[in-house]
Amino acid sequence: MLTISNLHARIEEKEILRGINFEVKPGEVHAIMGPNGSGKSTLASVLAGREDYEITNGTVDFNGKDLLDMSPEERAAEGIFLAFQYPVEIPGVTTVNFLKTAINEIRKYNGQESLDAAQFLKRMKEKAKLVKIDDTLLRRSLNEGFSGGEKKRNEIFQMAMLEPQLCILDETDSGLDIDALRVVAEGVNKLRDENRSFIVVTHYQRLLDYIVPDFVHVLYKGRIVKSGTKELALELEEKGYDWIKAEVDSLEVA
Amino acid sequence: MSSIHNTDLKSQLIADFQTLQLQLNGKSLLPINQLRSEAMNNFEKLGFPTIRHEEWKYSNVSALAKQNFNFQAGSDFSNKDLKEIHLPHLKGNVLYFINGVFHAELSHIESPGDYLKVVPFAEAQEQMPEVIDQYFARYADYKNDAFTALNTAMAKDGVVVHIADNKTLEEPVILRFIGDTRKEDVGSQVRNLIVVGKNAEVKIAEAYRTIGDNKYFINTVTEFVLFEDARADYYKVQNESDKTHHIGTTQVYQKDRSYFYAATVTVNGGFVRNNLNIVLDGEHIESHMYGLYVPTGKQHIDNHTLVDHRKPNCQSNELYKGILMDKSTGVFNGKIFVQQDAQKTNAYQNCRNVVTTDEATMNTKPQLEIWADDVKCSHGTTTGKLNDEAIFYMQSRGIPKKEAIRLQLLAFAEDVVSQIKIDSIKEYLEGLIVDKLGSLGK
Repeated sequence: MLTISNLHARIEEKEILRGINFEVKPGEVHAIMGPNGSGKSTLASVLAGREDYEITNGTVDFNGKDLLDMSPEERAAEGIFLAFQYPVEIPGVTTVNFLKTAINEIRKYNGQESLDAAQFLKRMKEKAKLVKIDDTLLRRSLNEGFSGGEKKRNEIFQMAMLEPQLCILDETDSGLDIDALRVVAEGVNKLRDENRSFIVVTHYQRLLDYIVPDFVHVLYKGRIVKSGTKELALELEEKGYDWIKAEVDSLEVA
Repeated sequence: MSSIHNTDLKSQLIADFQTLQLQLNGKSLLPINQLRSEAMNNFEKLGFPTIRHEEWKYSNVSALAKQNFNFQAGSDFSNKDLKEIHLPHLKGNVLYFINGVFHAELSHIESPGDYLKVVPFAEAQEQMPEVIDQYFARYADYKNDAFTALNTAMAKDGVVVHIADNKTLEEPVILRFIGDTRKEDVGSQVRNLIVVGKNAEVKIAEAYRTIGDNKYFINTVTEFVLFEDARADYYKVQNESDKTHHIGTTQVYQKDRSYFYAATVTVNGGFVRNNLNIVLDGEHIESHMYGLYVPTGKQHIDNHTLVDHRKPNCQSNELYKGILMDKSTGVFNGKIFVQQDAQKTNAYQNCRNVVTTDEATMNTKPQLEIWADDVKCSHGTTTGKLNDEAIFYMQSRGIPKKEAIRLQLLAFAEDVVSQIKIDSIKEYLEGLIVDKLGSLGK
């Protein structure tokens, strides 16, 4: 589904991604871990098409198409979804209207008819129940005045509504207490199926207790320096990142 | 009377005024004509303001002052032209003024006569002398304001509206001012006087627009008098051509416990200056001022407001919002005076702007002068760019960038327009704004 090869990206003069390689197959859940400043969120942003970054090298293939050649909205329409670390407040636009516009734009892109009001409402009720989000929240301005937990839950709700193929969760656990984390993780787990894949970017192993990954990659200094299964995450939880940093840094010196 | 003199505008106006005086046939001693002469003298002394004048620092009328306009322009505007200036679901009391002159055959009064008296200004001296004598030019400043002086001297027509005490007008009053410049450069001066009786209530709109491609100059003055417990919603709506100079003053005088709500929405106009001045001369008065302007191209839109709190226990609240695109310019100047007597005043002012290009500019100036000590006043102005993070957020959900920008701007504009209580005007504006923001190319 997704193949990232030798991806380099920088912001202004600072090179942040320095040759990322990995592949995501349908139905897989990949966790990207790493210390602060390792490039985790950059990777998520670059995949979603944030313009602040300049791609200096490498390719990203998504279902046979060149992802890097697409605008953010085209990527969304092709089936990529980014759950933001800091969801944006948009005064005056309700979640309902926002999603109605988003869904119908995506459908238009894919040559499908718009959902009518009844179809949209049906899907909304279904998905709101699935991710346990309160209907009244959805009729308010998007994320405006929402608590941290409500914002993250709204991200998962949007994800459910848009039915993407590849979901990228950027530090979705940040700022959540354990109850909120559990609700969000449950929502994500309900969306898992054999065709939908996930890239879960997180600093802590905690989230991975609830969203169990198939693969864990450790990012450090813009490269994946270690890959493994969920046990790697447990090891990181226990030992921290220092041993990996030391390993890599000693190699660099050598 | 020939109006085109190929001279500067001031000279033309002075000559026009002299011609008018000759036609008065002995009526020149009537109080109103005395007043007009006095106002003309003031205009002659003041002349058109230059940018050295503090109130006109950012709005330069020198180009206007060099032009000539036909202030006596006729118009063959008729019923068949109405579809060109369609307002959706238009109902209520609708009055048409073409090039500043009332057109009875297009107009329509619905409300009963014991509720609403409406008389064209040109006939008001004969039909409502008591109203003219008591209120005309009592509030708008024809001594120091050149355009108000000019209007007071020379306005030909407009409307005098009187809402009887204790009457709530169900149907709105919609005044449509149409500049018909299909044949020539047109000048028009409109004068309105709106008297809202004790405990009476009205919703009133002034809707300005143009048809045709020639130049247009409109100079308007509207005076509002709100008696005790009166309530008025007032909407000034502007959709005029890029070849228009629109200078307008709305002067409001409020008595005890009255309520005034103004929304000034400028969708189009080449050079627009709106003055909204409110005097709160009583206790427990509420005044609300909302504004929205969405200039594109090289349009220039200037809103000056003045709120004068003279008595205790009143509240004023102001929110102006602007979206400035292309190379447009905007001005907001908001004065709040709280006089020594006006204890327990609450006065709020806020002006928020979004500038969508590097070439558009907005000048804002709040001016608070407070002589009372027990008051709550606040003001704030912001001018920012579009929120790129919000646009990316929307794009990441599949919404194209152009649409994301449009949605964001519509949402920004929404809270001014959504409050409008005349459905026809609200729908009209929503349509215009959607169209205008929709044309935002990216």
